[in-house]
Amino acid sequence: MASLWQYANPQKFLAVSRAVLPFVAGGAAICLVVGLVWGFFFTPDDYKQGSTVKIIYLHVPAALMAINAWLMMLVASLIWLVRRHHVSALAAKAAAPIGITMTVIALVTGAIWGEPMWGTYWAWDPRLTSFLILFLFYLGYSALWQAIESPDAAADLTSVLCMVGSVFAILSRYAVNFWNQGLHQGASLSLDKEENVSDVFYLPLLVCIAGFILLFVALVLLRTQTEIRQRQLKALEARERMA
Amino acid sequence: MIALFWRDMRLAMRAGGGFGLGLSFFLILTVLVPFGVGPQSEILSVIAPGILWVGALLACLLSLDRIFALDFEDGSLDLLATAPIPLEGVVAMKAAAHWVTTGLPLVIAAPVLGVLLHLEGGAVRWLILGLIIGTPALSMIGAFGAGLTVGLKRGGLLMSLLVLPLYVPTLIFGAEVVKRGALGMEVQGVILILSAITLAVWALLPFAAAAALRINLR
Amino acid sequence: MPDLGKYADAVLSSYAVTIVLLVALIGHSVWRGRRVRRQLAEIQARNGK
Repeated sequence: MASLWQYANPQKFLAVSRAVLPFVAGGAAICLVVGLVWGFFFTPDDYKQGSTVKIIYLHVPAALMAINAWLMMLVASLIWLVRRHHVSALAAKAAAPIGITMTVIALVTGAIWGEPMWGTYWAWDPRLTSFLILFLFYLGYSALWQAIESPDAAADLTSVLCMVGSVFAILSRYAVNFWNQGLHQGASLSLDKEENVSDVFYLPLLVCIAGFILLFVALVLLRTQTEIRQRQLKALEARERMA
Repeated sequence: MIALFWRDMRLAMRAGGGFGLGLSFFLILTVLVPFGVGPQSEILSVIAPGILWVGALLACLLSLDRIFALDFEDGSLDLLATAPIPLEGVVAMKAAAHWVTTGLPLVIAAPVLGVLLHLEGGAVRWLILGLIIGTPALSMIGAFGAGLTVGLKRGGLLMSLLVLPLYVPTLIFGAEVVKRGALGMEVQGVILILSAITLAVWALLPFAAAAALRINLR
Repeated sequence: MPDLGKYADAVLSSYAVTIVLLVALIGHSVWRGRRVRRQLAEIQARNGK
């Protein structure tokens, strides 16, 4: 009986991910090019925000992926702690740099967008502040991976950190909400139609989000492959030294 | 477990750094701030709660590596891990000893330093109350960070990076207590949240810290 | 090229920053993947696998 867990075998994962990767990467490229070109060249300016509304196609997907990357790391860490699948731990490790990049993109595009709209690059707004805290969590997580030599201990400790960090990240989110009122607008995407951005911007935004998600998946697959090979490489090198 | 608590206390005292070091750091920080921002009392009294809270945070952070590092080096942590008391209890006791040697002196010193920063009289008791409730959480979170990094040679800097983001909620609510207290606003809700954070941290983090220690002792 | 009006700098710079960061991330992932794969192939060849 085929089960999801068979992909926890590193060789099986390598084979499958190698087969899947070109399609995911291709899909990501297509969605990103279509979404960004559509958004950049063929959407009107917003009556209030002018042409800066075009930044939404970068800002919102990046912010979304910054949070989802952490969620994915949390799930992967839990799988590692419960079922001890090495691929899972390595996938969490592989996702962290991508999450960092997405967080930086969200922060920087937000700052550039904030300057003409709010008259300031940075405000201690709850959303902005929690993203900065999220960024610090990512930095700590990556630093811990790099600092520990034993791969299993590193995987265990980072997983524990990821779980504790998630709780504190949520706590911080509510704490900063309490601490300051925001400039940031509400959710751009929600099930409540009233809140949404208008349709002209909505469709290209969805395409861009799909592109960012596919890009994230493609990069995680690629980086996890690299981590698995790196692990094999280390093992073979160690064996050579012993011989 | 109680014996362990007193052992840690005695060790901290005998090392000399126990009460003194964190406290001196706290003092120096409060002395340096007016040099940085100027001696105007109206500015200082506004930022005083924040400075004192951040100072407490940093003073607490400075002494964290002491919680496990020495016992890890001389092997007594291995003995404690195999001892008949649960490792979670060991963690909690060590965090408690850390709080008594660093957190408690800070609480006592804070009003004096508040005078240096022109903290208003009404705010002082809220500052003390907030520190009493909040600093135990700092010690426990710190014990978790120390547990994660105990096996590392240069763990100090890494530990600050790991621990400081975890201090954010405590800091926010702790400073909020003083701010609201000084303005005469309703404080009970904030104090309750702050207590909830501390209690939750003490209830849950010993398990995470003990898990991290077991991994490091493997 | 659409007319971006007075916000041209903001829009263009955010696109530039994003594209640079994404390309750097992709480039680094691909480069490291290739390097590790090559080293692994070398060592496997050496060990006669």
